[in-house]
Amino acid sequence: MTDPPPSNRRESNERVRRRYASERRFQWYGRLAMLLGVAVLAFLVLTVFSSGYSAFVRHQIGVEVFFDTDALGITAQSPVEELEQAEYLLLLRKNLFKMFPKIRKRRDRKQLLGLISSNSGGELRDLVVSNPAVLGTKQTVWVTSSSNVDQILKGNAPREIAEKSRLLGDKQLKWMDSLADEGRLRKKFNPYFFTRGDSRAPEMAGIWGAILGSFWALMVCLLLSFPLGVAAAIYLEEFAPKNRWSELIEVNINNLAAVPSIIFGLLGLAVFLNFFGVPRGTPLVGGMVLSLMTLPTIIIACRSALKAVPPSIREGAMGMGASPMQVVLHHVFPLALPGTLTGVIIGLARALGETAPLLMIGMFAFVVDLPGGLLDSATALPVQIYLWAESSERGYVELTAAGIMVILSFMVVMNSIAMYFRKRFERRW
Amino acid sequence: MTIYLLAAFLLVLFSGYILGQSKARSIARTQGRLHSLPSYYGGYVAIWCGVPLVLLLLLWWVGEPVVLKSLVLDSFGERIQEMPPERLGMLYAEVRNTASGISGFQSSDPEVLEAAKAYQHYAQGSQWIQVAVFALVALGGLAFGWKRIRREFRARQSVERAFNIFLVLSSLIAVLTTVGIVCSLVFESIRFFELVPVHEFLFGLKWYPQIAIREDQAASAGAFGAIPVFGGTLLISFVALCVAGPIGLFSAIYFAEYADHRVRAVVKPALEILAGIPTVVYGFFAALTVAPLVREFGINLGFETSAQSALAAGLVMGVMIIPFVSSLSDDVINAVPQTLRDGSLAMGATQSETIKQVVLPAALPGIVGAFLLAISRAIGETMIVVMAAGLTAKLTLNPLENVTTVTVQMVVSLIGDQEFDDPKTLSAFALGLMLFCVTLMLNVIAVQVVKRYREKYD
Repeated sequence: MTDPPPSNRRESNERVRRRYASERRFQWYGRLAMLLGVAVLAFLVLTVFSSGYSAFVRHQIGVEVFFDTDALGITAQSPVEELEQAEYLLLLRKNLFKMFPKIRKRRDRKQLLGLISSNSGGELRDLVVSNPAVLGTKQTVWVTSSSNVDQILKGNAPREIAEKSRLLGDKQLKWMDSLADEGRLRKKFNPYFFTRGDSRAPEMAGIWGAILGSFWALMVCLLLSFPLGVAAAIYLEEFAPKNRWSELIEVNINNLAAVPSIIFGLLGLAVFLNFFGVPRGTPLVGGMVLSLMTLPTIIIACRSALKAVPPSIREGAMGMGASPMQVVLHHVFPLALPGTLTGVIIGLARALGETAPLLMIGMFAFVVDLPGGLLDSATALPVQIYLWAESSERGYVELTAAGIMVILSFMVVMNSIAMYFRKRFERRW
Repeated sequence: MTIYLLAAFLLVLFSGYILGQSKARSIARTQGRLHSLPSYYGGYVAIWCGVPLVLLLLLWWVGEPVVLKSLVLDSFGERIQEMPPERLGMLYAEVRNTASGISGFQSSDPEVLEAAKAYQHYAQGSQWIQVAVFALVALGGLAFGWKRIRREFRARQSVERAFNIFLVLSSLIAVLTTVGIVCSLVFESIRFFELVPVHEFLFGLKWYPQIAIREDQAASAGAFGAIPVFGGTLLISFVALCVAGPIGLFSAIYFAEYADHRVRAVVKPALEILAGIPTVVYGFFAALTVAPLVREFGINLGFETSAQSALAAGLVMGVMIIPFVSSLSDDVINAVPQTLRDGSLAMGATQSETIKQVVLPAALPGIVGAFLLAISRAIGETMIVVMAAGLTAKLTLNPLENVTTVTVQMVVSLIGDQEFDDPKTLSAFALGLMLFCVTLMLNVIAVQVVKRYREKYD
């Protein structure tokens, strides 16, 4: 950048102008990159929400049902087991046919049944078991519509296309519209999504089973990794002699934090399942694998929290005659606890989102029943999302997106708690 | 059952603590000051109750099945003398299934039925023995600890020593995990390499891991050449880096050099959210939104585009690793001493010239380290590629074709039936070993590069 001779004044001005233009361009590259990142994030969240919110409602069809005690073979006085055993689906079908007396052909009737969920017999059963007084009376029962009806009404599947590629046939559409005209079609909140396990029928599937599975696995993970991680951090930070051995452990922990998660799945498969014989696909073994992955996070967080406690605390306690162990356990660690807890929660949030290691240890089974404990076969939230995403039926798409909304909200909550801890209890010395 | 056991265990610990403490207190009352605080005497007794119990429990877990098996199989007498171990294991499984009646399983073999009865008998007996032995050990530990409490007994030292051992053991878990990873990968890989030669795996150009159903089926032997699988991984990672590199680097530069305080405070955490989103969400996004877009785009341009193109998976993976590149680069750019910038600005350079000619060259090793870490993250990433990339291994450089990756093949070969004498299942471990080595190497190099650079300016 030497001074230009006066004769080149114009050239010089031109050069400065160009340099400033390039400066502005460069700034814009930075802004653009930043905005692009944020835009992608926004687009992702928007995609998920726009395809997921509709899973929180469902369509129901009001069927006029005469609870025929003869056909069912039970009365209001029958014991509960008999009430549960009766043939409700048959009764529902008969009553549905009665609402469309003009439909006579076998093929058409079969198509008509395609409007209601194939599991809606269970809804009738639940109604009767909870209130046997309905037996012998005539009631309008709102049964869940089939997923195909639901998807077309929600607009998730196109209606104005050729019959062949549409979810419902022409006749089915006509019947559906006539039901709507009669006021026998309504849109309501979908409680199944929040209360049930997985199902082969999208309209009956729920996320609750997966939430429970994740809950149990995270409990195991917390109970294992919190005490072990804290103990390891205390040892390494406060007691370990600074020699090659402790350095080795330290390098080891840092490397473990960078090992791909799927490798931990292989470890769980080879060691926990095949060697120790822990039952496959249970929250117990899932939690054990996740705890190995969370351990480095917790150790690193706890160590930096311990490091942040000023030496004056240690010296003060030491001066009062506390033993080294008492110094750490009574004085230093309590002050490092908020930072540690922040790390624990962040580690757990990450463990909640892990899918690959759980696939390796068999937590991907089709589980209808809600897992009640550590040794029940279970899935976890992200695995359930994966399973739904891999299902081909149209109805599972909104379930997948809604499941993602659930897992994201759990993560937002956990991270907010972690941030609250950090803000609320953080001390500057 | 386990809940009751746990409750009983905690109860024993608690009562040991209370007993020890109360004895210490009464000694203090009658004989004067104790050596340690009463709670340490309580803790001492509790440790003597708890530690032997835990050790015994571990021993029981390992030993009980072995003893039961030999007891039950003895009842078969001569018949099992010349049986191979696998058959023996199957026979034993049959006995156990019959005994527990899992899914109504009932063997037709009268000897098995007999053995199942014996199994039930022994299992029940073992449970009673277990309860008795555990109670005995707990009481013994309690009595021992309790008896040792004296006025001058140094309880604090003992408790602290025990606690110190616990601390050391927990810090060893990390090492044990690494040892466990390496051992499990190496042992299973050795079994794989007994079936498939190492050179075929490392240099083979074909990957057909399917099991032959018929003998005369085409490619019935299967082929396990890892090169196309690694090629696919590298292709997708490369696409990812092409996305994350510029975006991450430029936003890092903007954050570090231009952005004012408020923008930084809002946008930086927003970008970091990208790293916290579960990968299965990205997988869904890639498969449902990005892949169809890419396909449509490619077809409109007149290219043959696969529905599961490497491009789609790579783009989304690139988004995932943006925060790795940006926050690490941000750190290293911030670590460049201000004096370098001031010098350059004083010479009349514009800010962007300073960045391009002074700051970036100075920060280059750190940025390279950040890129290496991002690549290692991309190579090990699983769910995005499982959901959005293909299954067939193809050696290609065209990002519009579908390729498969190491992690996809690992998932595919371990989901479903696992047979640990089949190369298909075992190949997952060989791939895992390669993956582990590659990511470890990348990480070590990255850390070294960053470290050396830091030392230069500190």
